[in-house]
Amino acid sequence: MGNRLGGWTGKLLRVDLSSGKSSVEAIPEDWRREYIGGRGLADRYLYEEMDPTVDALSPENKLIFATGPLTGTPVPCGARYMVVTKGALTGAITTSNSGGHWGPELKFAGYDLLILEGRAPKPSYLFVYDDVVEVRDASQYWGKGVFATEDGLREETGLPNLRISCIGPAGENLVRFACIMNDKHRAAGRSGVGAVMGSKNLKAIAVRGTGGVDVADPEAFMKSVWEMRAVMQDTPGKQAFGELGTAATIDMTNTYGGLPTRNFLQGQFEEYENLNGNAIKDNRLVANKACFACTIACGRVTKVPGESIEKFTVNMHPRNWKIAGEGPEYETAWSLGADCGVGDLDSVIMANWLCNDLGMDPISMGATLAAAMELYENGVLTADQVELPLKFGSGEALVRMTEATAYREGFGDELAEGSKRMGDKLGHPEVFMGSKGQEFPAYDPRGFQGMGVAYATCNRGACHLRAWTPGPETSGEMEPHTTEGKSEWVVQEQHRSTSHDATGICLFVGAAEAGLETFVPCTAAATGIPYTVDDFVKIGERTWNLERMWNLKAGLTKADDTLPKRLLEEPHSAGPSAGVTVKLDVMLPIYYKERGWDENGVPSTEKLAELGLASL
Amino acid sequence: MTKMLNIIPEKCTGCMQCELACSWVQTGTFAPSKSLIRVHVFDEEASYAPYTCLQCDEAWCMTACPVNAIVVDESGGAKVVMEELCVGCHLCTIACPFGTVFTLPKTGKASKCNLCGGDPACVTACPTDAIEFVEIDKAGDWFGPWADKVHGNYLEASANGGE
Repeated sequence: MGNRLGGWTGKLLRVDLSSGKSSVEAIPEDWRREYIGGRGLADRYLYEEMDPTVDALSPENKLIFATGPLTGTPVPCGARYMVVTKGALTGAITTSNSGGHWGPELKFAGYDLLILEGRAPKPSYLFVYDDVVEVRDASQYWGKGVFATEDGLREETGLPNLRISCIGPAGENLVRFACIMNDKHRAAGRSGVGAVMGSKNLKAIAVRGTGGVDVADPEAFMKSVWEMRAVMQDTPGKQAFGELGTAATIDMTNTYGGLPTRNFLQGQFEEYENLNGNAIKDNRLVANKACFACTIACGRVTKVPGESIEKFTVNMHPRNWKIAGEGPEYETAWSLGADCGVGDLDSVIMANWLCNDLGMDPISMGATLAAAMELYENGVLTADQVELPLKFGSGEALVRMTEATAYREGFGDELAEGSKRMGDKLGHPEVFMGSKGQEFPAYDPRGFQGMGVAYATCNRGACHLRAWTPGPETSGEMEPHTTEGKSEWVVQEQHRSTSHDATGICLFVGAAEAGLETFVPCTAAATGIPYTVDDFVKIGERTWNLERMWNLKAGLTKADDTLPKRLLEEPHSAGPSAGVTVKLDVMLPIYYKERGWDENGVPSTEKLAELGLASL
Repeated sequence: MTKMLNIIPEKCTGCMQCELACSWVQTGTFAPSKSLIRVHVFDEEASYAPYTCLQCDEAWCMTACPVNAIVVDESGGAKVVMEELCVGCHLCTIACPFGTVFTLPKTGKASKCNLCGGDPACVTACPTDAIEFVEIDKAGDWFGPWADKVHGNYLEASANGGE
């Protein structure tokens, strides 16, 4: 096969929504080598092409969908695409990842990347069938849920095999944490990428691809795929995620006092057993579901009996309530469950399905409602300000306020701004539990100290997917409550996860013990570039620094690398994590030093030169 | 003894590894749209049904072909398309009761499962063992009960005056 490159299609599709014009461009080979694809390559384009100070919801913001060289191949879990843009929730660069089947379909249509610019003059959808690209009228779908939009587009076009990513009413209404849904149940969830899409008047991207992905060295590639499958095959992580879904994690975090409960006021939830993997499996599970090429199948398809549905009062009646829907996974079971003090699984499932159909990030939804519940319990919010009591534990409030948020009805209009803006407006910024404007996910850094520095330093705001310290903190490798070694580990893991995100395969292969060492050979054989693990770590570091430079240009500073007072000064009074606070003042300087950044968190000239970023 | 594909839909998670493997072996590229095994997704029931050629004993595709381009592979019993003989008339795709004969987009010629010459790639690729390659007498008889049920419904309706 010689030096032919594979894995990539080598092409990007650029669409100017303002004019409806599209063009196909070659992706420079040196950028592919230096950033691989997915997150890295899209970051590079965003840095090159866009002023980071523009308003996230203005036509000047660009919305990039990016696959990697392994997307659409049989490498286990090669399903992923990344949405890269300026986050509506954070104002920082965001990199929001999703699975399902949409990313591979974009590859099969012939494109590694899709760059969307401008703003359509009226509600529109983008239709891509191989080299046919059209911006079409979507007025009949505007206001509709994700399910109705997907089904409607297939009916309109007569193409049952269309893969669709779209926004729900939340994205149209510019809810700050609206997500982009694809294949009905999968989400590019965080940082408000759906609001950016809504601000562009773009309802959906419908894709059909009849082409294929070719690899540079087929023999070596298939060998590396089977070696990777062998590594993953009988691992406890694969078994647990396959049998119980990601919600199996609840037992672990609760045991360590790291399951944030009632807006982080406690670190354990007394009703956790109502929400964990076993509870879902024993009571509501219909089937396990895999994304494209996935050999784990952590997806849960659940169904709620009719009598439970009748308990809830909502104005709209999502189609997916009467049929089987997806979720909850771990983060959702926590955010809509423990964080709001809700121990009723059916309430969590119903709110989860509302989030899916209306197109909202359940993490920020639950966390923002939890912050509002704290204000209600404290008497800051009064009964006349909200349509029903926002008491911790109220499944009724959870379900109704989820709907109200997507449509910005009543107090839902405040919730739709996210907990940072809501807390600031109500004069109680202390209820915001997050970083860089983005709500924390389901790990309390007082239970897992390393998550403190991971949250504070993540380029897209609080995130659990860049450096998941509970792994080494519960395996015996590191102490969960101390700071020793945490910053160094987080830096290295941020490099590795970043290049992982660039390949187009799911981070969960790591749970099945397939690390970089396992899939770097797949990437090398697919692309024809002899990547090594060291190359990947360097690419991860390059990309991380590029994102950091973008954020600094956008106006973020060291002051944004911080955590709420509750984590820094207020320990839990009971449980395994009692007495622990987050020592960010210890960890952050070590982190900066480890990265070769100055005391203000600015990458040094030497570091940038070392990474080939001197021109920035 | 002859072996056949035995598909167990209950085990399928909808990951499409079989489609990737099939298109790879048949066309040399990873392209589910060119796969000869397809996974049909019943989204609202969360049910996934891989389907492909059943290698019928009485194969209507063979009967329909005007140029005898579909022949029995003597080694494994698969009905295979002789591409050089196929004239691309599509009659086989219409004759197949299961919709498992396809046409290749570029050449217009017929294409169907040939059991990969005796080592089906979809079987190896499936991560949940939802596709087996077994001796014919070991295959689950899911067609028999299904046919009995349909026929029973027919008899019942006939007895009630055809309603």
